[in-house]
Amino acid sequence: MESSKVYVDVTAEFSKEGVLTPKSFRWTDGSVYEIQRVKDIRRAASLKAGGVGMRYTCIVNGRESYLYYEDNNMWFMERAGA
Amino acid sequence: MERTILHSDINCCYAAIEHLHHPELAGKPLAVGGDPESRHGIVLTADYIAKKHGVKTGMALWQAKQVCPDITFISPRMDLYLRFSRMAHEIYSEYTDLQEPYGIDESWLDVSASSSIKGDGYKIAEEISNRMKSELGITVSIGVSFDKIYAKLGSDYKKPDAITTMYKDEFRQKAWKLPASDLLYVGRSTNQKLLKIGIKTIGDLARMDEHILVNHLGKMGSVLWAFANGYDESPVRLEDTHAPIKSVGNSTTTPRDLENDEDVKIVLYILAESVAARLRENGFRCRVVEISIRDNELFSFTRQKKIDHATNITSEIAAYAYQIFKASYDWRKPIRSVGVRGADLVTDNYWEQIDLFSSVEFREKQMKVDAAVDDIRRRFGFYSIQRGLMYRDKLLSAVNAREDHVVHPHGYFNQ
Repeated sequence: MESSKVYVDVTAEFSKEGVLTPKSFRWTDGSVYEIQRVKDIRRAASLKAGGVGMRYTCIVNGRESYLYYEDNNMWFMERAGA
Repeated sequence: MERTILHSDINCCYAAIEHLHHPELAGKPLAVGGDPESRHGIVLTADYIAKKHGVKTGMALWQAKQVCPDITFISPRMDLYLRFSRMAHEIYSEYTDLQEPYGIDESWLDVSASSSIKGDGYKIAEEISNRMKSELGITVSIGVSFDKIYAKLGSDYKKPDAITTMYKDEFRQKAWKLPASDLLYVGRSTNQKLLKIGIKTIGDLARMDEHILVNHLGKMGSVLWAFANGYDESPVRLEDTHAPIKSVGNSTTTPRDLENDEDVKIVLYILAESVAARLRENGFRCRVVEISIRDNELFSFTRQKKIDHATNITSEIAAYAYQIFKASYDWRKPIRSVGVRGADLVTDNYWEQIDLFSSVEFREKQMKVDAAVDDIRRRFGFYSIQRGLMYRDKLLSAVNAREDHVVHPHGYFNQ
């Protein structure tokens, strides 16, 4: 079974107030997705992928998806349908 | 004023955390413990599915496999559990500053003062329970009561993922029918003594004459009688200076036998670096340094030393370890295996008197050096920065430090 936890490369921005905002990420197939807006930031567990981190609710192509920032400084996402 | 005290207990803590990190094992029995590769060791925590099959904490892994053939064993990852424990404490701390951890997975919270803002004890318990689920992905059982003893009984009353109240007007009918052994500090031998004088339940204990109990059990009789009657007044301690684990240690069997002081020094420094880094990562400091030595005929011994100031400074721990070694080994035989351990742990909240003869500035500088090294290693990898000493022998300095912790809750009394 393919793991539903997918680590991704993320381009992010630090504001001068110290707020970290992801701007885009590269999916496993190599394509880069722009994050239009971050709706919500909170700590949350991902039962699907298995892990805990700061969860960014991102709007990508008009749809919501979760991007998690683990405290090992890595970003992961949940694979859809897994 | 009547207090509102919560006791929160993470259900099957280690197993729950491993389940969260292994979604592919959902619905399957799992136990954390031992070393599944070498097939020895014991079960530390079993999840509810495994428990249903009869797997118990403390069972040998092969026994667990017999009663529950589908079980998956996972080696403990103590640092991960400590991380979750810390995150749980962060959540608790939003409801009260009066928080007293009991082991790694349990905490008492005195929320009396928060009731006016956050709602009554039950409401706070509900909120904590929901946040643990959504933020950490694990469940808790919470007891809500007027003292610590009945709060703990409440959290044990129903598991998993439950909230049980044990208020003053209901603890008699809810808890007095429970066996006396459910009470904190009624272990197997105390329970035997109680049974001998006809006490089976907590209610029996509460209704018994206090003097008879003292005659049979000594002063514990009086304490247990007060526990059972809800007279326990002990406060939830404000400051938490005790670490939830007893020690942090690393040991290694070296790639070649060690033959002189310098060989040992290299290995001690590697181990001390790892021990100190793990102390720092978890916000602990140690007050005892211990070394273990095994020679090439497998004769082994450990020596420890109480140190002047609680520390997590690498160079201090290493220097103490080397000092103990010099004082206790005469080089009759080459050495096969070495271990370093920091024990008698306190947290960063611990404070102590400084004395005239040690330089506070110097120690602060060393702490800054350690913090810088930790940061460099976190970003660029462990081998990105090394002590000069490590270049004296590349073979020895590449050894892997093996982790082990001793986890045990501290006693309820006089901590």
